[in-house]
Amino acid sequence: MTPTPEYRKTRVVIDAAQLDVLIANLRAQGYEVIGPTVADGAIVYAPLSGAGELPAGVTDVQGPGSYRLEKNGTALFAHVVGPHAWKRYLYPPEQLLFRSVRQGRNLRINEELELKRYAFLGVRPCDIAAIRIHDKVFADGEYADPGYSARRQAAFIVAVNCTRPAATCFCASMNTGPRARDGFDLALTEFSDRGAPEFLVEVGSARGSQTLAKLKHRPAGEDDLKRADALLAAAARSMSRSMPSGIADAIEDHLEDAYWDKIAGRCINCANCTMVCPTCFCTTVEDVTDLSGDIAERWRKWDSCFNIDFSYIHGGSVRREASSRFRQWMRHKLDTWHDQFATSGCVGCGRCITWCPVGIDITEEARTLTKG
Amino acid sequence: MAINGYKPKLAVWKFSSCDGCQLSLLDCEDELLAVVGRVEIGYFLEATRAEVKGPYDISLVEGSISTPHDAERIHRIRRQSKTLVTIGACATSGGIQALRNFKDVDDFAAAVYARPDYIDTLAKSTPIRDHVRVDFELHGCPINKHQLLELLNATLNGRKPNIPSYSQCIECKRKGTVCVMVTTGAPCLGPVVHAGCGNLCPSCARPCYGCFGPKETPNTTSLAAWFDSLGQDRREIKHLFRSFTANAEAFRKESESHEKPQI
Repeated sequence: MTPTPEYRKTRVVIDAAQLDVLIANLRAQGYEVIGPTVADGAIVYAPLSGAGELPAGVTDVQGPGSYRLEKNGTALFAHVVGPHAWKRYLYPPEQLLFRSVRQGRNLRINEELELKRYAFLGVRPCDIAAIRIHDKVFADGEYADPGYSARRQAAFIVAVNCTRPAATCFCASMNTGPRARDGFDLALTEFSDRGAPEFLVEVGSARGSQTLAKLKHRPAGEDDLKRADALLAAAARSMSRSMPSGIADAIEDHLEDAYWDKIAGRCINCANCTMVCPTCFCTTVEDVTDLSGDIAERWRKWDSCFNIDFSYIHGGSVRREASSRFRQWMRHKLDTWHDQFATSGCVGCGRCITWCPVGIDITEEARTLTKG
Repeated sequence: MAINGYKPKLAVWKFSSCDGCQLSLLDCEDELLAVVGRVEIGYFLEATRAEVKGPYDISLVEGSISTPHDAERIHRIRRQSKTLVTIGACATSGGIQALRNFKDVDDFAAAVYARPDYIDTLAKSTPIRDHVRVDFELHGCPINKHQLLELLNATLNGRKPNIPSYSQCIECKRKGTVCVMVTTGAPCLGPVVHAGCGNLCPSCARPCYGCFGPKETPNTTSLAAWFDSLGQDRREIKHLFRSFTANAEAFRKESESHEKPQI
């Protein structure tokens, strides 16, 4: 066993002003810093130029099919996850794979690989778990995706532990949060209950340690560590939703069941759940040409198992019925994902509950199946 | 289709419509010269008076069938067209003028015209598909010019057009547009509407009005029930489904189910 690196034992405290320095330092190192900010009535992940753009004093109130922002307190990270996931940056929704140009009798092919170095600020523990699932899908196997792998390797991750879960969160039952154990360069726990926010900082990598060294900090005392532990334990306890543990078996036991027709009565198969899911990774490939046919491009775009064309093979679509598409989604996510990637495909972020336009709650549906 | 310098002949036909969809072709500005360079304009009155006799390789048909004359003319056009593509909400669903399908057309004529006896019209406004075989339908009120170009590109290069029939929500999510319905409670048709507009209204914080008509397998009943829970009354829900594509089957049925008294 390799010994734990010394930096992993680092526990320091920084004040909110140091976040501005952190963002400036990361930008100076050539990173594009992406973090939470308020736009169009939600907290989205967008490029940040300073800590002033963080959603100070804004919290999100989430429920099935509902999301509202409220002003509350002074904390910078009192919100949790919003409509965006980090896959938007690591695995973009629309990506040009290559362009081919016909020149006389020759064909020239340009592979497009745009490499951006991102620093992600405010990555929640559930989303770290989601990124690690994507690592298994895209980077670890025999056929690694070069774009994902390059962006992922370059990405600097500043995690933020969750001291306040939303009503839709259930990471504690998925064992992915509310505290990040690893998978980050730096991890912050915000203290905002006694005046101006302060952050307990943990270090997850050598480059995280080097970045921290440039920030003004004080060593964390025993009381700081206890305070963080208490906040995170309370957050875990206050989570009202959970995923029932026997769900994978329950799905296998109900593959042919009237339940699927019933849920298909509510499901609009609009695909929102798969678009907002931080682990859903399915794409389609579109070839486009210009009018002359001399230039052709291949694009990869996010797709969904809720779309008819997704299962289109010779002779037609395999999953015509909405019930079979819902079953495919739930079964893959909560059941067969274990066989494929040795983990659940769900990290308990609750996005699919909030952003379902008719408020379908995956934990409630799972409970119906485990009880039935 | 474009082999050995042969330029396919393109025709643009108009039925009951506002001209907005064929205007989308002229609206192609940057690409217009390239299009004209690749096809021979056989018939396109909005662009030129010059006419080239048929048959035509590609016919774009705008508008709905609303008069006995229309119903006869579309068959002549079909006979002259190798590929017939209908463009826009009128041609694909009957258009806004299909609102008359829900009432008595004679009452409308009497209310609007001084001499209703001069008016020779059909009781219903119907899509082209109800009258002749259609090779492809391009949705929208109006159609999206990028989709029109994609359709022409694909047809000229002998490939399938990338014009998916999934929901508007997919366009919103790919673009990163925040869901208007989830954040404000405003009723949005996006989940049951055909993608293709390029996310126009939601990216301006407005809910989707459904210009592109129903998507594949639209569950309007579930969405209407959700609208109800958001505080929309039956009349409001009826009106949401009864606009640009009121006569599209899924939307027509949903609006009619909100017309009848509740049991």
